[in-house]
Formats: sequence, C-alpha cells, structure tokens
Amino acid sequence: MNIVVCVKHIPDPNLPPQMDGHRLKREGVQGVLDPGDEFGVEAGLQLKETHGGEVTLVSMGPAAAIEAVRKGLSMGADKGVLVSDEALQEADALVTARVLAAAIARHPFDLVIAGVESTDGYTGTMPSTLAEFLGVPQVTFAKHLEPAADGIRVQRQTAEGYHVVECPFPAVITVTAGVNEPRYASFKGIMSAKKKPLEQLSLADLGIGSDDVARKQQVIELAPADQRKAGEVIQDDGSGAQRISEFLVDAKVI
Amino acid sequence: MTKTWVFAEVSPDGKVEAGALELLTKARSLGGEVEAVALGPGATEAAAQLGEYGASAVHASDDSVYTDYVAQPAAEALHQLSRQRSPDLILFSMTYDSRDIAGRLSAKTGSTLMSNVTDILSPDRARTAVFGGATLVDVELEGSPKLLLVRPKSFVPEPSGGQAQIVPMDVQISDDAKKAKRVERHEEEASGPKLEDAPVIIAGGRGLQDAENFKLLDELASAIGNAAVGATRAVVDAGWVPYSMQIGQTGKTVKPGVYIAVGISGATQHIVGMKGAKRIVAINKDEDAPIFQIADLGIVGDALKILPQVTEEIKARKG
Ligand SMILES: Cc1cc2nc3c(=O)[nH]c(=O)nc-3n(C[C@H](O)[C@H](O)[C@H](O)COP(=O)(O)OP(=O)(O)OC[C@H]3O[C@@H](n4cnc5c(N)ncnc54)[C@H](O)[C@@H]3O)c2cc1C
Ligand SMILES: Nc1ncnc2c1ncn2[C@@H]1O[C@H](COP(=O)(O)O)[C@@H](O)[C@H]1O
Repeated sequence: MNIVVCVKHIPDPNLPPQMDGHRLKREGVQGVLDPGDEFGVEAGLQLKETHGGEVTLVSMGPAAAIEAVRKGLSMGADKGVLVSDEALQEADALVTARVLAAAIARHPFDLVIAGVESTDGYTGTMPSTLAEFLGVPQVTFAKHLEPAADGIRVQRQTAEGYHVVECPFPAVITVTAGVNEPRYASFKGIMSAKKKPLEQLSLADLGIGSDDVARKQQVIELAPADQRKAGEVIQDDGSGAQRISEFLVDAKVI
Repeated sequence: MTKTWVFAEVSPDGKVEAGALELLTKARSLGGEVEAVALGPGATEAAAQLGEYGASAVHASDDSVYTDYVAQPAAEALHQLSRQRSPDLILFSMTYDSRDIAGRLSAKTGSTLMSNVTDILSPDRARTAVFGGATLVDVELEGSPKLLLVRPKSFVPEPSGGQAQIVPMDVQISDDAKKAKRVERHEEEASGPKLEDAPVIIAGGRGLQDAENFKLLDELASAIGNAAVGATRAVVDAGWVPYSMQIGQTGKTVKPGVYIAVGISGATQHIVGMKGAKRIVAINKDEDAPIFQIADLGIVGDALKILPQVTEEIKARKG
C-alpha cells in the first residue's frame, strides 16, 4: 500500500502567536509538526504495519518545515517530500492543495491521509480541495478506519454520531484527534531518520507557475474584538454554590 | 446585481438545517437576488421553509445520490449549476458535509474559499475571528463565485414571509462521483434539549477528573431543567463523552443564556464555541485559569465538591 501523509509545520501553538503585518509569522519562530498531523502519521504507520507498503510524508512550507518532516520520519515514515518556494509565502488552502496535489501526483498512491484541520490555519478544507485536484474521493473526519476490499472503511464523525463510509482506493482521508495514540519517536528512529530520503522541491520542479499560486483573498484589516470583561471571581469558602444558584435566579433560568 | 446562493442541507422529512436559515437571513441584507440550493431527499419539501426565510428560488433535487455518496455528487451539481447561472457568492454553513463540498467546489471553480466566516460585510468582504475571537480579520475576496463557509450561529434567523419557486435541476452526476458510499448511519438519540437550542448549558472539562463524574453535570442539568450538557475536546478525545457534546472550534457553537464551565481551563479553541453566551459562570480550582477572564461569575474551588451543593441548592429553592 502506498500511503502519503500530509504533514504541516506550524508555529509552536504553546507560544503566543506573532504577527508579520497581516499574516501569522511562520519564519524565524519556533516551529513544530502540527500535533493534529501526528494522528495522520500514526494512522499511516499502522496501515503499513498491518498491510505492508510505504509511508511518504509531504509538506509545503518554509525551509524550516523540514523539521516537521524529520519528526514524522523519526516516528517511522519511510521518506519525505518538502515543497518550499518564496512564491508560496501567502498560500491559502486552494494554493496549498494545488501544490500538494502536484507533488503527490508524481507517483501512484493508494491513500492520502491528512488532519481534519490544521492547528494554526484551521480552514479544514485543504484535504477535500486536494482530493478534487487529485480526482479521487475523500472521506473526512475519520474516527476509526480499517482496510476493506480494495479500499477503506471509515467511521466518519457526524454532528450526532457517525456514519460508516466505504471508499475504494485511491482516496484522501482526514483523521480526527483521538483516532489513535501517536507513538513517540525512539532514539533509534531519530537516528535513522537522518538517513532517510528527503526530497526538496520548488514550484518550478512541479511545473507550477507563479500565476497559479496567486492568492485571491487579501486581509485588509485586523482589529481587536470587543472583549468580554471578567466579572467577579471569588474563592469558594463554602458559599460558592449559593452564589451560583443566586446567579441563576438572577438570570431567570430557575 | 449580486446573486447570492445559500447551500441548504435538508433532512429527508424536509427540514432545513438551522445554519441555512441564518445564512438566508443575512443574504437578504446583502441586496440583490437570494436563492437556495437543496440536494437530496426532502429538498423540494424544504423549499417552502427556504422561501419563508428569503429564497426567491430553490434549485432542488430529491435524488438520493446526494446523501448516499459523500460530497462529490453535490460538488458536481453545484459546479454545473453555477456555470449555468453564475452566482456571485455561495454561502455554506460550516458543517461536516458542507466543508467537503465547498472544498471540492473550490478546486473545480478555481475560486476563493474562505472558512470560519463570522460576518459578511458586503458581497466581496467577509470577517473571521482568530486567537479565540480576540482579533477580527476582514478579508477581501476576488473572483467568482466566491465561496464562504460560515460558522453556525453567526446570524439570528428571521423569516421574511416569502415564497420560493422550485427550479428543477439539469445536471449530470458522473460515476466517478459515486465512490465514497455511506453504508451505515449511527446517530445518537439526544434526550432533553439540544446543545444548540438549550437556554442553559453546563459544560465539563478535564477538571472533572474522570468520566463517572459527568453524572454530576447531568444531575445539575435536570435540577435546573431545560439545560443541556456539553464538554471540551480534551474529555471527548479521552472517550469520556461522545463527540456530539463537544463545544468549540471543532465542535458546536452555542449561544445559551447561561453557560456554566466546570473544570475547563478556557483554551481559545473552546472559547470560540461559547463566548457568545449571554452570561458565563466558571468553576475552576486554579484562580489563574483563562476561563475566569471571560466569566461573569467565577468560583475558585473544587468542582466535585461544589456541583452537588449547587444541585441541592436549586432543588431546595424549587421546593
Ligand atoms: C485544532 C484544534 C482544535 C481544537 N478544538 C477544540 C474544540 O472544539 N473544543 C475544545 O474544547 N477544545 C478544542 N481544542 C483543545 C483545546 O486547545 C484544549 O486542549 C481543551 O479545550 C482543554 O480542555 P479542558 O479545559 O477540559 O482541559 P484542561 O486544559 O486540562 O483544563 C482542565 C481544567 O480543570 C481545572 N481543574 C482540575 N481539577 C479541578 C477540580 N477538582 N475542580 C475544578 N477545576 C479543576 C484545572 O485547573 C484546569 O484549568 C482544540 C485544539 C486544537 C489544536
Ligand atoms: N502546508 C501544508 N503542508 C502539508 N499538509 C498540510 C498543509 N496545510 C494543510 N495540510 C494538511 O491539511 C490538513 C487540514 O488543514 P487546513 O485546511 O489548513 O485546516 C492539515 O491537518 C494537514 O494534514
């Protein structure tokens, strides 16, 4: 089984976000592999372990994104591809999908795995746009997956439960946090990751022109939102419960 | 004149998903023509309600291909329809299915797609909020049709008392679109009010220590009456409660009269889903928990101790 996993390099979500004009600053800040994508890497590795094949990581991002790919390699993926280009600095979900599709389509694949949404951008649409560019079906929000005849059987989260969706290969799926328990990279994994193939591509390598990556959304203004004000904060000295019930009476809900 | 379409998800009994009614209400205020697209069993029946909220026409098909297969048939239909009729703007409520449909459509039309929209300022300008709603971002959109995925509860639905004309569709769905097939449906029967509609929500987080303690929330909810129980992603991921209870960025957006956050730290991804509550109460043992920065009443203390006391207090009051 040829498995491709999308991995995104994002500014460390545990640090306060820094802005670069109207954009989130991505270069020169501490970055990590998007924690949401660790579930994708784990899902890919588990499928490989049970059904054989190869796990290839693909990422689009600044040069530093190579760290995110290395992290996935040290978890156990076989090889990595990073598309990096000055012209991609302002890429939106549509552009990202076009670029990743071009990188993925160079080789035959059975399954592409991505996260449901990225931690920093959370548009949640890149994977289905990618599926359309690749001309394959997509099953998003997988909370459980298992191989089926020539394809995959997925429990897809819905608002009030889940649907079981069956889909032939090749396909794109997205996995939710909680679909599995991502493994830690072992010391051996980290050492061997350094020797795994890691390809770096530019837009020209993919035959994509700069017109194809022009973004069609411009941020024109950033403004602070009206903030809720903190109200009264009291230590519970035994009267906390009474204060809450008085509050509820006041709000006319009891 | 701007032509705005609202993509409306419908249930087989002809009910329209609430977000579509919110979008129709907003679409009316943008001026120009407002139409809806409804696909799948129940679509033609839903036209009456769509008309009542402002659609002058509904492009409808009751074909079950749209619900049997995930996203692809609907994306194909919308693509063909929009080539025939050139809408300027297509609005989607940010649901599971609509995200996928809009994502695919964006690749087909090559036009821009903006997610997490919280307001539409004009036909080519929309707003989103980042950093847990602390910063508003206004975005200008080019090309057409512009595709917007709008967060539920961004607008208050108001009927206009109109009537929609049903327009049958002339589209062809390819076999390639019939791949990802729904073979089973498991929906949890919710008891009590739905999270989206409940006037009071009691939400629990990791501070409840374990799954068992969620029953303390249920007990308080039934003492209050007409209250629903929600949760953070941390406890959903831990498997304590089903995903349908998750509130926040990847879960539901709620706007109750009162929101009681119990053992919840107040991460930005949680706050975006509940900060529209009229009043917020928080119980947390850490006085520095961010949730206190947005709570009208904050109690610093042990939730496991306080919850049963509140339930008793309320029962006593109600007599
Ligand atoms: C892409 C992405 C999407 C996300 N989407 C969502 C989402 O939709 N919804 C969501 O909720 N989260 C979401 N998250 C996760 C979010 O970042 C937080 O991790 C999560 O909300 C934390 O849940 P929590 O408050 O239950 O747990 P914690 O942050 O662990 O907080 C537990 C709190 O309980 C308090 N506590 C402990 N014991 C007690 C006690 N005995 N009594 C009282 N208080 C106590 C602690 O002081 C602490 O403040 C998302 C994250 C990402 C990256
Ligand atoms: N630049 C990128 N490189 C690799 N994968 C990406 C990139 N952007 C998004 N993805 C994948 O698409 C998923 C959804 O992203 P988004 O649409 O940004 O919310 C992420 O969880 C990733 O798996």
